[in-house]
Amino acid sequence: MHTKKQNDSKLYFSHPSQETLVVHLGGNWLLETPLPSVELLEHEIQLTATVRTVNFDASNLTIWDSNLLIFLSKVFDVCTKYNIRIRMEGLPQGVQKLLDLASSKRQRKGITGKAGKESFLIRVADTTFDFIQTSKDMLAFIGEAVLAFGKLLCGRANFRRTDLMNVIQESGAQAIPIVSLISLLVGLIFAFVGALQLKLFGAQIYVANIVGIAMVRVMGAIMTGIIMAGRTGASFAAQIGTMQVNEEVDALKTLGISPMEFLVLPRMLALVLMMPLLCLYADLMGIIGGMIVGVFMLDLDFMEYYYQTKSAVALTHLWVGLFHSAVFGVLIALSGCLRGMQCGRSASAVGSATTSAVVTGIVSIIVSTAIITIVCEVIGI
Amino acid sequence: MSEKRGSTVPEAKIVVRDLDMGYGSFVLMSGMNFTVSKGDIFIIMGGSGCGKSTLLKVIVGLLEPLHGQVFYDGVSFWEGDPQQKARIMRKIGVLYQSSALWSSMTLAENVALPLEQYTDLSKGYIRELVSLKLALVGLAGFEEFYPSEISGGMRKRAGLARAMALDPDILFFDEPSAGLDPVSARLLDDLIRELRDSLGATVVVVTHELQSIFAIGNNSVFLDPDTKTIIASGNPKRLLAESKDPKVINFLTRGER
Repeated sequence: MHTKKQNDSKLYFSHPSQETLVVHLGGNWLLETPLPSVELLEHEIQLTATVRTVNFDASNLTIWDSNLLIFLSKVFDVCTKYNIRIRMEGLPQGVQKLLDLASSKRQRKGITGKAGKESFLIRVADTTFDFIQTSKDMLAFIGEAVLAFGKLLCGRANFRRTDLMNVIQESGAQAIPIVSLISLLVGLIFAFVGALQLKLFGAQIYVANIVGIAMVRVMGAIMTGIIMAGRTGASFAAQIGTMQVNEEVDALKTLGISPMEFLVLPRMLALVLMMPLLCLYADLMGIIGGMIVGVFMLDLDFMEYYYQTKSAVALTHLWVGLFHSAVFGVLIALSGCLRGMQCGRSASAVGSATTSAVVTGIVSIIVSTAIITIVCEVIGI
Repeated sequence: MSEKRGSTVPEAKIVVRDLDMGYGSFVLMSGMNFTVSKGDIFIIMGGSGCGKSTLLKVIVGLLEPLHGQVFYDGVSFWEGDPQQKARIMRKIGVLYQSSALWSSMTLAENVALPLEQYTDLSKGYIRELVSLKLALVGLAGFEEFYPSEISGGMRKRAGLARAMALDPDILFFDEPSAGLDPVSARLLDDLIRELRDSLGATVVVVTHELQSIFAIGNNSVFLDPDTKTIIASGNPKRLLAESKDPKVINFLTRGER
């Protein structure tokens, strides 16, 4: 017998005959009341080895929910184990109906459940093949993008000018506040870190060199790139991914419009045009950041700092920086659009496409920076 | 096709021959053969998840079949060169299940885009055409609305206006009544029939709505996921009266007989 509170579920057994066991269910069988252990029943069956049929008596049952169904399914398991027949007549009508709905004969046939866990080797093989396939897809995507770009140069590319303008506005002008803030602070940080060391030698003025060269040559481009990967790359992936979910990309294809030209090209073009401009602006903001530290903390003269920067930063640095930023523009647009086009057909797929676009964008920025730096070193720029 | 017709053989618009389809190594349906004749309202029916929409994707050129052919007016779609594909695609219009209107464009821009792509018509004339197409589906005056600003039923109609923009020979509908109330669904059925009659177009509808099937369909195929192929074809009403296949009868009577 299982009794704790007045309203708890009650379970007890009786034997009207040698072969019959009656399970009496009483009280409340609700999810928040504790479930009696089915071992009680098993114990009862083992005690009287002659039981052939189990009946139910639910006359004292007040309220029940899924909790009772779970208990009954355990009872059925025990009965099957001991090869005992179950008579459900004593259960409430509703319970009988629900049990019938969930019974094995009412389940959908044809499609069997997913295969169980695959072995480690199979998973390794699958992952490898997936990786090869993804790499192929990526190469194919880049190839198509290059072809589309070729078409653009021949003046035959097919996209709406208003789309290009919209993307330019979103990824260019609207990014200015965040680019200002981040690059100003980066310039400031560089100046601080440099100043601490340079002060030891009384060479504070060289803070201008550090900030100027670092920002113009590479950091301006990298910071802009990372901001744009998080801001614009993610939004490209989300936009195109949602279009994929809504069958909008399919609609373009059945009209014979290449999504590569119509969706990817304007985005790529916009970023290639906007990234160098934003980078130039970030360079300026970084230098101003450095100047704030130089003038207000290191007591350098404003003009002194200006001339020092001017003499340190060569035009080559600027070209290298702008080249970086144009490359980043292509990479961010490509990774955003690629992940968007690869997006599956669900809301969660759009989420993963966005995440993946940002990760791909940032990784490709860092890798390409390394490559460009090494190449510059080798050819002596 | 098993169905017997009169002495005049109607012109075959679409012929599907020995078609197998699926994703990767997973075969969804195989050995499919059927013909859609000019002026048909052809129904592709079957239970949920049996591959109806996938078949539509293969026919309209979005998914390459694993094996087999789709012929449009005797021309193979999947074996043709890109230009041939483009020529065929220009002749078809598709209304997607989710309407698939381009959400960043107004209804007018949505309908205008195919016209801008394929014709050299002047902007003013395209605008007139767009207004006409939107009026045909009962959406006159909604030119400057965005898809997010109108109801689901209106979006379907706008999607139809876009599908009709280039006066296609063949119109495809993927679950046209999905997500519509019974009255809107019937109105859309009426519209489909009227457009077929007045434009002389051929219509292919993927659906499992019995009322639509009997109301508009004059020919059909029934896809069965267990045997992975077509198990019945012909006029839906005649299938209901004459079919011996318990699966087909079960489907056509909502399992009530």
